[in-house]
Amino acid sequence: MSESESFDPMDPRIDVGEWAENGVDWLDETFGPVLDGISDGLSTVYDAVVDLLTAPPFLVMVVLFAALGWFVRSWQFAIFAAAGFYLIAAMDQWEGAMETLTLVLLSAGMAVLLSVPLGVWAAKSSTVSQIVRPVLDFMQTLPPMVYLIPALAMFGIGSVPGMLATVVFAMPPGVRLTELGIRQVDTEVVEAGQAFGSPPGRILRQIQLPLALPTIMAGINQVIMLSLSMVVLAAMVGAAGLGLDVLSGLTTLDVAIGVEAGLGVVILAIYLDRLVAALADRAPVVKAAKVRD
Amino acid sequence: MVMGLSGSGKSTLIRMLNGLWETTAGDVYIDDVDIAKIGDAELREVRQQKISMVFQHFALLPHRTVAQNAAYALNIQGMEKEERLKKAEEALEMVGLKGWGDKFPAQLSGGMKQRVGLARALAAGSDIMLMDEAFSALDPLIRREMQDQLIELQSRLNKTIVFITHDLNEAMRLGDRIAVMRDGRIVQIGTAEEVLNDPANDYVAQFVADVDRTRVLTASSVMETAQFVVNAEAGPREAQHTMREKQMAAAFAVGRRDNRLQGVVHDKDVVAAVNRGDQKIEGIIDTDVSSVHQDTYLADLFAPSAESPLPLAVVDDDHRLVGVVPRVTLLAAMASISETLHEAEAATAGTETEAVTTEQGGAAS
Repeated sequence: MSESESFDPMDPRIDVGEWAENGVDWLDETFGPVLDGISDGLSTVYDAVVDLLTAPPFLVMVVLFAALGWFVRSWQFAIFAAAGFYLIAAMDQWEGAMETLTLVLLSAGMAVLLSVPLGVWAAKSSTVSQIVRPVLDFMQTLPPMVYLIPALAMFGIGSVPGMLATVVFAMPPGVRLTELGIRQVDTEVVEAGQAFGSPPGRILRQIQLPLALPTIMAGINQVIMLSLSMVVLAAMVGAAGLGLDVLSGLTTLDVAIGVEAGLGVVILAIYLDRLVAALADRAPVVKAAKVRD
Repeated sequence: MVMGLSGSGKSTLIRMLNGLWETTAGDVYIDDVDIAKIGDAELREVRQQKISMVFQHFALLPHRTVAQNAAYALNIQGMEKEERLKKAEEALEMVGLKGWGDKFPAQLSGGMKQRVGLARALAAGSDIMLMDEAFSALDPLIRREMQDQLIELQSRLNKTIVFITHDLNEAMRLGDRIAVMRDGRIVQIGTAEEVLNDPANDYVAQFVADVDRTRVLTASSVMETAQFVVNAEAGPREAQHTMREKQMAAAFAVGRRDNRLQGVVHDKDVVAAVNRGDQKIEGIIDTDVSSVHQDTYLADLFAPSAESPLPLAVVDDDHRLVGVVPRVTLLAAMASISETLHEAEAATAGTETEAVTTEQGGAAS
């Protein structure tokens, strides 16, 4: 503070915002080509997945979603899935819903790929854990829309900044619950691995990850839910999907379109949540605990 | 057998033996290798080959079957799947879990889970077994069953077992040698009888004060030399002479060379044999004689002693007569035990009544 000569303690002005802006500009200038590469790659993948989901007639996809629900969970869930996705199509939200689904799958996928290893690392090292924790606190408490600004600055308008902002926003529960899950694994069982001469990598693979899986899956579920809420907001930076309709419903005070798009988001959310929860129940640890004669 | 209260350093000690916890000072030698000094990879090698461990809360992998759990150590050693499952099945059979291989740990009772833990350690094929409060989490009845099984297994396998416990009776039952720990130090090492009869300090004395000595002391510690013994190949006159000299109504007959207990001869039979002019007493030996092994606990001597008109014959593994326990000796031993107890508790009153009660109890049983 003393380095700024014009600083008046009675009328303070600290340019945190300007520093952040400079930082983002610096990133943009220094890593410009890298950022462009990421942007191009992501949008190619995004387009491909959207094409894949929207190419078949919607009825085929409805049947596929229902079949997946049946396979992973139950026939009741399959009926819900069929009815829900049929309603989305009937509300003329099919394309938007598939775009949103793509955004969620890609960003949640990236968030999981980043957060689970980070969580494992934090569980192994107290130093990493102590550094990561305040960063995660910061990431979770910052209003989500703020993420959109630097993403916009670095990647321009479109689905890519939306996805990347979503990745950052959705990561914390993935990291936290992975760390928690691994730390919660019974120390005696880990000791058993060590006592029989298992190397650390094998203990992680054969003992810690399988035993922590239910908790990690709960984290992944959270990541997906946060992603879903964020990709709707990401419409503000031009990301496609249901969010665009929600946004237009908001700006033009069009209740009908707002409700239809919103309902589409809710159906997607319930479907993904139940699906992931059912996957968590298929974890070997959970299955083994439920076995009865 | 290492025993002590919680916080006395038992768990720390056992975890330093296989390097789970690092030693801050000193050395730990296993087969001339100082495992406190070697690197991680070598340490893992030692753990795989030489030392296995059984845990208080079993530490099984819940998502793997019983057979896979039992084969875990072999999996780490890199053994082929088929071979290791076969060995695991053998180990499970040893602990009485044949046919349970396909179950998951959640389907097993606590005692059975610990059998799996034991099978896992046995399958590893190491010479040293560390058992960290292995039976402490089990119900008393199951615990006893497991102790019996461990004794039985050990008699066949003869491994070096370091057993941690806070249960003194368990230590006395299982241990060849008992180390009593306090505040991170071993305050006494010795056999159960040494620790009981000659405690190193007041702490150990207090510790062992409420041990049921009748379940620790054995027949060999109270027995006396057999006075009335006759050679099974001797003639009836010689037997009669011995019995008159000792003024006994009967005598034990033992083999001339091997000293094996063959039975008893009774005075009236001997007299009749002398009158008949028999040359040997072989024909009149009553083989229906009660005898006990020298390692029988005092607690288990009461019933045979009460039923036997003669002093109890004490024999060794080869059925050789090594001594006798007259009923009065047994009662006297009981009385002195309860006196020691009272001394240890520093209670002066009630000693005699207590002793008398014990005597009556002993005679009645």
